[in-house]
Amino acid sequence: MHAAVITFPGSNCDRDLAVAFENAGAKVTRVWHKDTRLPDGIDIVGIPGGFSFGDYLRCGAIAANSPICRSVVDFANKGGYALGICNGFQVLTETGLLPGALMRNAGLKFICKPVGLTVETTDSPYTEGYTQGQEISVPVAHHDGNYTADQDVIDRLNGDARVAFRYVDNPNGSDEAIAGILSANKRVLGMMPHPERCVDEAHGGTDGTALFRSLVDQLVTA
Amino acid sequence: MKARVHVMLKTGVLDPQGEAVRHALGALGFDGVEGVRQGKVIELDLAEGTSKETVEQMCEKLLANTVIERFDIEIG
Repeated sequence: MHAAVITFPGSNCDRDLAVAFENAGAKVTRVWHKDTRLPDGIDIVGIPGGFSFGDYLRCGAIAANSPICRSVVDFANKGGYALGICNGFQVLTETGLLPGALMRNAGLKFICKPVGLTVETTDSPYTEGYTQGQEISVPVAHHDGNYTADQDVIDRLNGDARVAFRYVDNPNGSDEAIAGILSANKRVLGMMPHPERCVDEAHGGTDGTALFRSLVDQLVTA
Repeated sequence: MKARVHVMLKTGVLDPQGEAVRHALGALGFDGVEGVRQGKVIELDLAEGTSKETVEQMCEKLLANTVIERFDIEIG
């Protein structure tokens, strides 16, 4: 499996995401935001956490309009896989690849701590390695993780099993405690918690490992 | 020419920052503040003759997130 990981000015989880992919057995090519095309032959593009472009204007808004993101949109629209974590989730909603928006946390505070998540569907290449309803612990670190969408969108996400993860104790006011959502074809995942920060015993937990493992298992390069 | 873009959260979208400002005003003794909504003002210096439609496109593509925000444009 070959993954591309994008770095924007202000990304700070790009290396961690690359290491998580590599530890799961993937080959990783790092990509700069000014690059106009993704490497040939990749299976998935990872959009990391951080504060791209200083969170200016809106979190993820400037990154979503960067040269590389135009090819991310093309890649995903052609059936490519994309994983956006934290700021990466914000970027994916700003590109329109995922519906809804991430607003300021309801409590207005930056939240940085491990949180409980429930796995809401195992019917995706990202969550297949978990069991339905499994409770896992994954760190969050964000100021703008309050997932908001209109009721039609929420109903569609629920109805099509596109909610990947929910918070056990909603820390940020997200609609229906949504922590991560999938695209209609289940190939694009955006989530606020950081699975790449819990893939090694030294991280204090390894509940993120199954996500990267199942991706690598499913996306074996042809 | 100048254009001024006002970006506000849509009606019905909760504004936690506006709520915090409302509480702070109450704490300062200003009674009767029933609601506060916080938005952005963006001033654009534009080449003469830039159309309002172009500014609208700027808003739709970048300046506002129309999932949660609405915008008003003042030209001049």
